[in-house]
Amino acid sequence: MEFAELIKTPRADEAVLRCPFQPALQGTLCLTGHHLIFSSRRRDSAEELWLLHSDIDCIEKRFVGSLGTIIIKCKDLRIIQLDIPGMEECLNIASSIEALSTLDSVTLMYPFFYRPMFDLLEDGWSSFLLEQEFELLSSETNEWRLSCVNEEFSVCPSYPPLVIVPKSVDDEVLRKVALFRQGGRFPVLSYYHKKNGMAMLRSSQPLTGTNGRRCKEDEKLINATLRSGRRGFVIDTRPLSVAQQARAKGGGFEQEVHYPQWRRIHKYIERFNILQESFIKLVEACNDQSHNMDRWLSKLEASNWLTHIKELLTAACLAAQCIDREGASVLVHGSEGTDSTLQVTSLAQIILDPRCRTIRGFEALVVREWLQAGHPFQQRCAQSAYSNSKQKWEAPVFLLFLECVWQIHRQFPCSFEFNEQFLIMLFEHAYASQFGTFLGNNENERAKLKLPQKTMSLWSWVNRPEELRRFQNPLYEANSLVIWPSVAPQSLQLWEGVFLRWNRPSKFLDEAEEERINIIKYNKELQAKVNALRRQLAELEAQEVVQEEP
Amino acid sequence: VENVRLVDRLSSRRAVVGTLYLTATHVIFVENGSETRKETWVLHSQISSIEKQATTATGCPLLIRCKNFQVIQLVIPQERDCHDVYISLIRLARPVKYEELYCFSFNPKLDKEEREQGWKLVDLHEEYNRMGVPNNYWQISDVNRDYGVCDSYPTEVYVPKSATAHIIVGSSKFRSRRRFPALSYYCKGNNASICRSSQPLSGFSARCLEDEQMLQAIRKANPGSDLIYVVDTRPKLNAMANRAAGKGYENEDNYSNIKFQFIGIENIHVMRNSLQKMLEVCELKSPSMSDFLWGLENSGWLKHIKAIMDAGIFIAKAVAEEGVSVLVHCSDGWDRTAQVCSVASLLLDPYYRTMKGFMVLIEKDWVSFGHKFNHRYGNLDGDPKEISPVIDQFIECVWQLMEQFPCAFEFNERFLINIQHHVYSCQFGNFLCNSQKERRELKIKERTYSLWAHLWKNRADYLNPLYRSDHSQTQGTLHPQITPCNFLYKFWSGMYNRFEKGLHPRQSVTDYLMAVKEETQQLEEELEVLQERLANLQKAQSGNNKVKSKQQDQSKQFGLYTSNNSLANTPQEYSSDLKSFPSRSPSQGDEDSALILTQDNLKSSDPDLSANSDQESGVEDLSCRSPSGGGCLPSEDSGKDSDEAVFLAG
Repeated sequence: MEFAELIKTPRADEAVLRCPFQPALQGTLCLTGHHLIFSSRRRDSAEELWLLHSDIDCIEKRFVGSLGTIIIKCKDLRIIQLDIPGMEECLNIASSIEALSTLDSVTLMYPFFYRPMFDLLEDGWSSFLLEQEFELLSSETNEWRLSCVNEEFSVCPSYPPLVIVPKSVDDEVLRKVALFRQGGRFPVLSYYHKKNGMAMLRSSQPLTGTNGRRCKEDEKLINATLRSGRRGFVIDTRPLSVAQQARAKGGGFEQEVHYPQWRRIHKYIERFNILQESFIKLVEACNDQSHNMDRWLSKLEASNWLTHIKELLTAACLAAQCIDREGASVLVHGSEGTDSTLQVTSLAQIILDPRCRTIRGFEALVVREWLQAGHPFQQRCAQSAYSNSKQKWEAPVFLLFLECVWQIHRQFPCSFEFNEQFLIMLFEHAYASQFGTFLGNNENERAKLKLPQKTMSLWSWVNRPEELRRFQNPLYEANSLVIWPSVAPQSLQLWEGVFLRWNRPSKFLDEAEEERINIIKYNKELQAKVNALRRQLAELEAQEVVQEEP
Repeated sequence: VENVRLVDRLSSRRAVVGTLYLTATHVIFVENGSETRKETWVLHSQISSIEKQATTATGCPLLIRCKNFQVIQLVIPQERDCHDVYISLIRLARPVKYEELYCFSFNPKLDKEEREQGWKLVDLHEEYNRMGVPNNYWQISDVNRDYGVCDSYPTEVYVPKSATAHIIVGSSKFRSRRRFPALSYYCKGNNASICRSSQPLSGFSARCLEDEQMLQAIRKANPGSDLIYVVDTRPKLNAMANRAAGKGYENEDNYSNIKFQFIGIENIHVMRNSLQKMLEVCELKSPSMSDFLWGLENSGWLKHIKAIMDAGIFIAKAVAEEGVSVLVHCSDGWDRTAQVCSVASLLLDPYYRTMKGFMVLIEKDWVSFGHKFNHRYGNLDGDPKEISPVIDQFIECVWQLMEQFPCAFEFNERFLINIQHHVYSCQFGNFLCNSQKERRELKIKERTYSLWAHLWKNRADYLNPLYRSDHSQTQGTLHPQITPCNFLYKFWSGMYNRFEKGLHPRQSVTDYLMAVKEETQQLEEELEVLQERLANLQKAQSGNNKVKSKQQDQSKQFGLYTSNNSLANTPQEYSSDLKSFPSRSPSQGDEDSALILTQDNLKSSDPDLSANSDQESGVEDLSCRSPSGGGCLPSEDSGKDSDEAVFLAG
């Protein structure tokens, strides 16, 4: 297929671009296969806007006489307005944008066409391999092994080829357990707590059904993670009633009789479709231009977004607490084990593991706990908060995770190597990107699409020193401790950096960030200078002593 | 009283046992056992209410709510003791004479001269000079020399030059409490000004020639503009109701060239109830997000804050952009008028955003113009209906602005919290009484100390590390976003939940940057010393040096060497100073950051504030805050059978 077929009018002169908090710009609009490009005609400062079609969530058209207006609502929540003279041009452009921003085939997406303009220092596709992760683990304990039972994606289609499981459990057992867990997602190691040797596992729900089916192998597998005489906790991300209902559909939960060494805790984290509704309501509230203070707070409340944040953080803290404070192993699952489960396991690691609070460590966490663990990014991030087409797989599951990280970051502003911009960047790229990292729903699909061969990895770009600089937190001081955030409502705030990003002028806040960076930079420069002088002085003094001695 | 338990408000299971002391000025609770013997001090003047609750098996609970938003729950074993404490506190918390207040016994060990110096720190005469008055348009009037015209005004009042004593006195008779229009802020750049007064006694049709002349005089004092705004900060309905009582608002037809404007800020009673409602939300034991947001909205608090800000923004815009003078009033012109004038001044003039300037601003718009501190903050026992968080709201407006303009203010949040504390503490004389006249009669300046000197002495603690006097945010007028802006107003947990350390960020960016800046300064000094030494050494080596000079040099070096040694250790020392960064202090090794971090108290020079430090583990906080409802995870000794029940409660 040729993109040209979809582009009815490739170019419109005399267009006007209106962005929030910026003066209207006159210029030329061009459509290409993957971008909407607007360049202003002002000679003094040629301003250009490049917008990926895949970043467009939806568009609206309006006409006043022959002047058409297209309102473009982006997945990163920005809203821009284009005034295009001429009804026909405007309609043509609108329908072209619509077609180009809703391409069905993944292989037509921009990452397959994108050619980087930078030198490749490191291939991000092989930056975070499970083998490396396992090597680190092996230096701590020999209780685990790397299994390639899923090499052909035959045991569990949404798992990666390699998983870490207890050493005492062989692949045959794993195959049997996979049959007992929804989607074949048998319990695997998610995190090993060095401090006390406790483990966090994740899986999907057991298929106990109404007649309470049991699976000895499943029991054996998870019991293998317990120290003798110790107990573990199963954190089920559904309320008990939902878990019970699940039995009617063949699902279920671990029953005490068969898992006497495990205690089950139910923590309610909303399912993904509820989260999407909440997301849409919140964004609506944030874009409301009315002046009434009451309506803002009630809309914020009605969106329930912060309630989800609080619930999720609480569940993650609980998991972390069980591991660190109770000295118990933990198994986390909900239904499918691809959404709330991953939110909990990855946030618990942020709390427990200082490595996850570094840039590299956080990237590894996203790869391990989200991409390799089979969070269906392509389904969840197909549309953002503006889309009116009712598709049922979209949900801001990953965004919610990022926001929780931000909430912890806000409470421990000096314990993270990365800054808020880093999290926002990941949010943007999960929804629309020139990189292939977030394409596909699991490793299986990514392998079939040959993404590592055909597209560039986000990590190849982010980890370049000049990009990294933008994402570094100037206040960072490595903190080797567990960080326990407060989950009280007073401690949680709306993530303005994402939700109000386009509705408030950020100049004053950016200036403050700049000041912070400068204060620290100046301090470091002085330190270097003083150290150099000290050395110089010491050398001179040594010479002096030598001169004096004879 | 011994064996008293101080109960943690958030989890009734946790309590510390100690001894309760009542002194003439404080309630003191000293913990038993722990090697630190942590003390909690509460000034009697901070106590806003005491509640004796039903006796339980463990004793008699006593709930003390403080005006600085601290809530203390004590359990006293004997009912009789509890009753005695209760009766004593009720009496002690409600003094009837000024002489009973703490400031008359508080002695910071300063001599007379230092005390006098302290009172001179803020000088309003100097301040009006800084603004540029008196000048061709404005003069000092001595009509109120002996408080003869208006007893709640200061003696020195600035009025338009063309306003004669006759006009002033005439106008004052036409205004509530005789609070005639007087200058609050003068904008040197364009001659526009902010004046303040009380409402006119216009009733339905009354007029006053002198008052009309007074407003005309204000207009004439700004030759660049042919009108003035008259801003009535009340809701229109309230103002109209006042007409029935012979008061009211200006009729545009009677005054030449005025533009009249209502800005609906609610009265002190509405504000008092609003705060009450918000504090109830803050006190909820483990609120859900909905409880909290709904309660916050229902209290209307942020809406009121926004109304005050909007009024200030309107006036600042009129003065700075339109160059039009503004006359502001409400009913009596000492509450809403003070709020609005000071917010507008703060937006207009960067000087008021410095530490010294902010003190001057409060002194000018609040203290000198007769804001009724005694009545509003209940320093002496009085009518509870007079109490209202008027200055609290102003202080919050400043904080909201600080959030929007992080580099614009020289001072930090701690500074604001301290001022709020001392409005109620009565430890210093600044905020005593209801007017300048009363303060003079009480000889406040001879008998008490000034808060401003105290704050100034410790100003290093109150600096905003992001402030630079040459930064663009510290120049000119601030322009807060007007629309859409609802979401810009946020709940200030640093103020209203300030004694619950567990709720706040565990690491303070401000403290961190302040420590870095301090280190930077030391480095700068060391750099200079090193450069000097290096130069000396090089000179000494190059020249033919005599033994004598060398010895001298060496002795000098020795002295420097020791000091240098201590400087060389700065990074380590600095880390131990910085309690909030446990990673840097290896001694605290394996503990959880939360445990250590919460020890990072409000760093303050006031014993009253810092003594209330709450060293609690963030972990336990979490468990009792979690919606599982009061369930408290046993933190260390696990394995008890009750665990499951607690977990599953969720």
